[in-house]
Amino acid sequence: MSKKDFTYAVSRIRMKENLLFSAKTIDRLIAAPDYDSLVRTLAELGYGSDKDDKEQDIISLEQKKLWSLMGELTDDMDVFNVFRIQNDFHNIKASVKALYTNTSPESMFVSGGTVSPQKLYDAAKKRDYSDVAPEFAEALDEALNTILKTGDGQLCDIIVDKACLNAVFEIGEKSDVKAIKDYAEVFVASSNIKIAFRGAKLNKSRDFFSKALSRSVFDNDKLSIAAAKGTDEICDYLSTTKFKDATEFIKKSMSAFEKWCDDFLINNMKPQKSEPFSAGPLVAYIIAKLNEIKSVRLILVAKLNGLDDSKINERIREMYV
Amino acid sequence: MELGLFLALFGAALATFLAGIGSSIGVGKAGVAAAGVLAEDPSLFSKVLILMLLPATQGIYGLLVAFLILQGVGIIGGGGADVSNLEGLLYLAASLPIAASGLFSAIHQGKCSVAGIHTVAKKPDTMGKALIIPAMVETYAILALLISILAINGIGALGI
Repeated sequence: MSKKDFTYAVSRIRMKENLLFSAKTIDRLIAAPDYDSLVRTLAELGYGSDKDDKEQDIISLEQKKLWSLMGELTDDMDVFNVFRIQNDFHNIKASVKALYTNTSPESMFVSGGTVSPQKLYDAAKKRDYSDVAPEFAEALDEALNTILKTGDGQLCDIIVDKACLNAVFEIGEKSDVKAIKDYAEVFVASSNIKIAFRGAKLNKSRDFFSKALSRSVFDNDKLSIAAAKGTDEICDYLSTTKFKDATEFIKKSMSAFEKWCDDFLINNMKPQKSEPFSAGPLVAYIIAKLNEIKSVRLILVAKLNGLDDSKINERIREMYV
Repeated sequence: MELGLFLALFGAALATFLAGIGSSIGVGKAGVAAAGVLAEDPSLFSKVLILMLLPATQGIYGLLVAFLILQGVGIIGGGGADVSNLEGLLYLAASLPIAASGLFSAIHQGKCSVAGIHTVAKKPDTMGKALIIPAMVETYAILALLISILAINGIGALGI
C-alpha cells in the first residue's frame, strides 16, 4: 500500500512515545483520591486544556490532538484509512437514520473520516452515489432500502457494521504495513466474535449469522454453525484458531474479552518500537494512544461513580511503553 | 599514454563519485531522522549531530583515494608522469574497493544511524551504545580504504 519513507515522522513519534502513560502512571491515576484530583493530575500530564474540562472534553480533546499530530507528521493521511474509514461508516449510519426520521444529521456526524459526512448524506438523499466510493455507495443503498422497507434501525446497523468490517479487513489485506494488517485482523476478528457471542445468547439463527458476520480470519460457515448452536460451540471453534486464548476471557465477560483483544493487539504492536522507516510505528502509536485514552476514560468514569480501585485495575489495558 | 591516464582519472572519479553518493544518501537519511527528533527536543542537537555525520566519512575516504591517484599520475603536484595503459588500469582497480564499499557501507550506516538517533530520542543516556552500532559498519569502509591506499602505493613500486 505505502512504500513511502516515514523516517521523519517515526523520529518525532519516538519522542512522543516518551510521553505515553506507563503502567506506573496509570497506577498513579488510579490512586488519585477523587475525581477532581484525578483531573488535576491529568492536566499536569498534558491532558485536556487550560480550561475547566469535563470528562468528555478531556477525552475528545486528546483524540483531536492525536489526529492533528498525525496530520502534522505526514501529508499522506490515507495510511490511517484503517481507522478513518470507521468514522465514514458511522456517518453513513447517521445519514440513513437522519433521512428516515427526517431530522438534521449534523449533531450525529463525527469528524476524521476519509470523506465529508455531508457528501455521504447528500448521496443518500439524492440516491446518487456517483461521488462516493463503491463500498460507501453499497452500504448507503442497502441500509437506506432496508430501513425504508422495514423501519428496523438495528438491521440497518448490522448492514453498515458488516460493510465497515469488510472495508477494514480489505485495507488490512492490501496493506504491506504489518501493524495495519495486525490491527485490521484483530479488530475484525474480535468484532465477529462479539457478534457471534451476542447473537448466540439471543438464540439467533444460522441465517442471521451468515448475514451479520463479515469476512475475517475465521471460516464464516463454521463460526455461523457454532454460533447457531450456542456459546460453548463458539469457544470450541475458537480453540482451533489463533484466538484460542480468548475463550477463557470471553467465558468470563464481554469486558474481559475486550481487554484481552486490546492487550493482544498492543503486544503485537511492540515490535514496531524497533522499526525506523515504515508507517508501522505511527499506527502502533495511534493504537497505544487510543488504548491510553480508553484507560483514562475508564478511570475518570470510575472515580466519578466511586468505583473500587480493584475493579478499575481489572479493566485497565496493558500499556505500550 | 592517453588511455592509461584516462583510466587512472576514471578510477579517481569513481572513488569520489560512488563513495560520495553513498555518503550523501546516508547523511540524508540520518538528517531526516535528526530533524524529526530536533523538532521535538532541540537540546539533543549535539547528540544527533554525531550520529548524523557518521556516514559522511566514506565520502572523505573516496576523496583521499582520488587525491592519491591524481598525485600518483602527476595531475596534482606536477611532473606529468608517463602513465601506461596497464598502470592506468591498475589505478582504476585500486580505486574500486573504496568506491564500492564506500557506496554501500555509507547507505547502510545511514540506516543504522537513523535507528541510533531513534534510540537516543527514546533514551538520551544510551548515546555511547547507539554510536557503537553504526560505527561497526565503518570498519568495512576503513578496510576498503586501507586496501585502496596500499594498492595505489604499491603501483609506483612495481616500476611498470
